[in-house]
Amino acid sequence: MKPLSELNYSPAELMIINASRLLRDGDVVFVGVGQPNLACNLAKRTHAPNLVMIYEAGVIGAEPGRLPLSIGDPTLVSGALSVVSMYDIFTNYLQRGNVDVGFMGGAQIDKYGNINATVIGDYAHPKVRLPGSGGSQEIAAWASRCYIMAPHQKRRFPQKVDFMTSAGFLNGRKERTDIEMRGEGILAVVTDIGILEPDKSGEMILTQLHPGKTYQDAKDNTGWKLKSSEKVSSTNQLTDKELDILRRELDPTGTYLN
Amino acid sequence: MTKLTSLSDAISTHIEDGDLIYAAGFTHLIPFAAGHEIIRQNFRNLVLARATPDLIYDQMVAAGCARKVIWSYMGNPGVGSLRIIRGAVERGDLEWEEYSHYGMITRLQAGASGLPFLPMNQVGVQDLEQVNPLIKRIPDPYGGKDVIVVPALNPDVAIVHVQRADENGNAHLWGIIGEQKEAAFAAKKVILTAEEIVDESVIRSDPNRTIIPDIIVDAVCHVPFACHPSYAQGYYDRDNEFYLEWDKVSASADAVNAWLEKWVFRINDRSEYERNLGEATINRLKVKPLMSKSINYGDY
Repeated sequence: MKPLSELNYSPAELMIINASRLLRDGDVVFVGVGQPNLACNLAKRTHAPNLVMIYEAGVIGAEPGRLPLSIGDPTLVSGALSVVSMYDIFTNYLQRGNVDVGFMGGAQIDKYGNINATVIGDYAHPKVRLPGSGGSQEIAAWASRCYIMAPHQKRRFPQKVDFMTSAGFLNGRKERTDIEMRGEGILAVVTDIGILEPDKSGEMILTQLHPGKTYQDAKDNTGWKLKSSEKVSSTNQLTDKELDILRRELDPTGTYLN
Repeated sequence: MTKLTSLSDAISTHIEDGDLIYAAGFTHLIPFAAGHEIIRQNFRNLVLARATPDLIYDQMVAAGCARKVIWSYMGNPGVGSLRIIRGAVERGDLEWEEYSHYGMITRLQAGASGLPFLPMNQVGVQDLEQVNPLIKRIPDPYGGKDVIVVPALNPDVAIVHVQRADENGNAHLWGIIGEQKEAAFAAKKVILTAEEIVDESVIRSDPNRTIIPDIIVDAVCHVPFACHPSYAQGYYDRDNEFYLEWDKVSASADAVNAWLEKWVFRINDRSEYERNLGEATINRLKVKPLMSKSINYGDY
């Protein structure tokens, strides 16, 4: 039988597995539903068994017995370490500095890693009205490290977002540093082409490419003039074990994998 | 003193046109039965506040109950858009006011604490602050960085669904407890709906689980299955299929009107709604028990 890693994998699987590798054992992670949830559960089953997953609904140390379908799924509660109010989760846990990692998504991500999840077009007369911040405005500010997972598309990666819902490096790293916010900011954007990381100025540049992808692919799908690091490395091949856990244990119906 | 009453009497007695309503519950224990009763009684010009408007406010806006919605995440959780509210906002047919989750629940916490406002740390971005004049920044009087402040939110009526309550309104709830306590203490009036009405001795057997005390409650209604398609931890599961179905129904005004007609206007109460859902759906949402270990309070 052919190993799974030689089979085709989806762009979603590529992003989830690479995002899971960014997590460290012992991290306290603010988890979102869908792909970030899969990345965290995969890390917990591989290199980070002591990962603590917390959810904005107020659940700490969740060990979901099935694939959670919403941020407040009851499977997150049964068997969790603790359940607290939303006010407690945003104050005692996030604002106080007890969260290591936040996962972000958004309709638009700009050159400095700022995220728009609020509106396309003018705020008062929206062309497309999006859901809004939810927990993301504070997570982006106060989690120690933040990561973004997003398919690499030009319309999704504009030079400047229409509305700044959550902070990356604002108009440059200095602006974020001057405010002395707790979190370090967006440290990686994992796409289906590669990984972008902030340079000294806070601009997102290409630092890694997935197997078979090129710098040109990334440039063609980015709305600003995408720079790259001096040496662009290649991300490691997906392993059979990672794909197997994702497909057979975590999301057997493929809800978030295709 | 018993506050037991029917849901329809509780809604007609305590709600008025133009009221600011907070139907609490973050994904869990969402009081759909009360929302449907408000639709049936044809209330108008309500201001509907919820961190996550969820399908309940999408349905109430579709039925014409609201002039304004206040939210911090306006989506169909785990599915996508709330098409009715989103469409009304994009067309300019509905007023709205927006916060982050933290801003929204800080408004409730200030209201629940009897304070005029509460501070939060800065978040770097200022766009929301610029479009919502109620979000302000003030100097830290102790010499630190400026803080962001939001005003107290004191709803006219909070509606809270709980797993069990006594007839006076002492309520046990568990699972995700979102912003129920803050909404109840912040509101001027509280309508409680409960899966079970229990004897006061049951409440007294586990006082740490009493999140809402009777002294702030105005009406207690026994309404089993009140949360469908949301869920009640330990009682029944979330009906995710319905959340997906609403995404289709809400794409057409005719389909929405037909849905409201069938599931709200032509239905008298929640028990009829539950019967109409049918056994197959009820069985699909049943959940196996998983009991907590009991604790010893000590007999002093």
